Amino acid sequence: MYTEKVMDHFQNPRNMGEVEGANGVGMVGNAKCGDIMQMFLKINDDGIIEDVGFKTFGCGAAVATSSMATELIKGKSVDEALKLTNSAVVEALEGLPPAKLHCSVLAEEAVKAAIDNYHARKEGRTDEECNCVSCGHDHEHEHGEAEE
Amino acid sequence: MKRVYMDNAATTALNKEVLEAMMPYLTDIYGNPSSLHTFGQRAHTAVENARHQVALALGADDKEIIFTGCGTESDNMVLLGIAERYKTKGRHIITTAVEHHAVLYTAQRLEKMGYEVTYLPVDEYGRVSAEQVAEAIRPDTILVSVMFANNEVGTIMPIKRIGAVCREKGVFFHTDAVQAVGHIAIDVNEMNIDLLSLSAHKFHGPKGVGALYVKKGIVVPALLTGGAQERNKRAGTENVAGIVGLGKAIELACAKIEETGERMTRLRDRLIDGIASAIPEVKLNGHRFERLPGNVNYSIKYIEGESILLMLDLNGIAASSGSACTSGSLDPSHVLLAMGIPHEIAHGSLRLTLGDDTTDEDVDYVLETLPKVVEKLRKMSPLYKG
Ligand SMILES: Cc1ncc(COP(=O)(O)O)c(C=O)c1O
Repeated sequence: MYTEKVMDHFQNPRNMGEVEGANGVGMVGNAKCGDIMQMFLKINDDGIIEDVGFKTFGCGAAVATSSMATELIKGKSVDEALKLTNSAVVEALEGLPPAKLHCSVLAEEAVKAAIDNYHARKEGRTDEECNCVSCGHDHEHEHGEAEE
Repeated sequence: MKRVYMDNAATTALNKEVLEAMMPYLTDIYGNPSSLHTFGQRAHTAVENARHQVALALGADDKEIIFTGCGTESDNMVLLGIAERYKTKGRHIITTAVEHHAVLYTAQRLEKMGYEVTYLPVDEYGRVSAEQVAEAIRPDTILVSVMFANNEVGTIMPIKRIGAVCREKGVFFHTDAVQAVGHIAIDVNEMNIDLLSLSAHKFHGPKGVGALYVKKGIVVPALLTGGAQERNKRAGTENVAGIVGLGKAIELACAKIEETGERMTRLRDRLIDGIASAIPEVKLNGHRFERLPGNVNYSIKYIEGESILLMLDLNGIAASSGSACTSGSLDPSHVLLAMGIPHEIAHGSLRLTLGDDTTDEDVDYVLETLPKVVEKLRKMSPLYKG
């Protein structure tokens, strides 16, 4: 079902975990749909992504796409990272089953959400926008807190 | 690497003795049971012998057994056939929200054809009661179809009482017993069952062969028309080897049903208790006692089912899940949702189902491996604050 590359990133996720001193953090998806990605960026004064980390609740493809997305943006400038597309993630993973393509979209959006948060912090904005990607379910913007 | 197969609700390994019984019919005895010559007559005898084995296992008469291509076909034949044959009596059918799709989607198909279907809701364990059935029966109800045991959570329905209600009200009662046959002793007369579906591959028989029990006096028209096989009830040259395998498998399973049941229940309970004590924040799905001897189903909070399965598979363990990612849709299992389990918890369900060949060592291995897998995935999860 999955390519070797996907399985490799699933088994040995790169950059997994929170990043100390992260100045851009974004979370997309929701638990009701079954996938949530959280992206942590540490961006230096030159606008370069020095460090990156992720946490993901989701299927094998969700883990692999988040892991690959971190690899693709690490060391890049914020502007370059913003150009990351879901198809670039899919290509780097040597393909995803059609039913799993939404995971790559989520990975792209997680990166964008983290960069948005970085800009918001810099500009002193506090009103964090919701970046939930809806899978068709109503949900109350609880950003993935599992409910009983 | 050690390999442990804990997906016996999906399918089971073919029993060696069953294979041996089948072999002659895949080799030397290849005649068509409808043929007059000796080749054909020997095949015919084998089919009739298997019919007798199935009838004995269910407490039925040989003439009440029809061989089919699978459990799905048996379910389709009952719903579509009864609807067609008894439509002048009425067009109302009662079933439950937790049936296998073989029943559920067929019921939906009937709705499109103008029939009315009541889908009874279930309690938190996945059960409907006889009282619910009694209340739902109307003068125009022609069929009640309630599964014997659920394929996902293993919950056993109060079949005998539901059957009694249907008898009293004069409505035909069908049970999809695909998960129960060979695992729980069944007597169709004692349990007031009119129609029953079963499938060989769920009790160590071959895939692609099933049977339908139809109580004498009830008419279920053929789904497939053509030749006169199965007394005109199911056209098509018989899967002779498969039917022989079904007969042998049901005979073997029923001969030691109590012994196997006790052994599996013990292994099941070791798993249920072992998981509960080794992994925090898990919830057993289904009833603690009214469940199939071989079924374990847990929701593991903060992680998702498909990734649990993948990681278990990497460790040699074959299991199953009701998560959306494994169901091929956006929603997790309809069974878990019908039981009132929230989406986010349903996504993290794990089903482990035991078979004749499951050992204590297998259970040990799962109890040793699963907590590590869960810990690894929880470390990755943004929901887990452990
Ligand atoms: C409850 C139930 N009904 C029907 C079926 C379908 O049986 P078969 O695979 O023989 O078509 C299954 C098997 O998946 C089942 O578990």
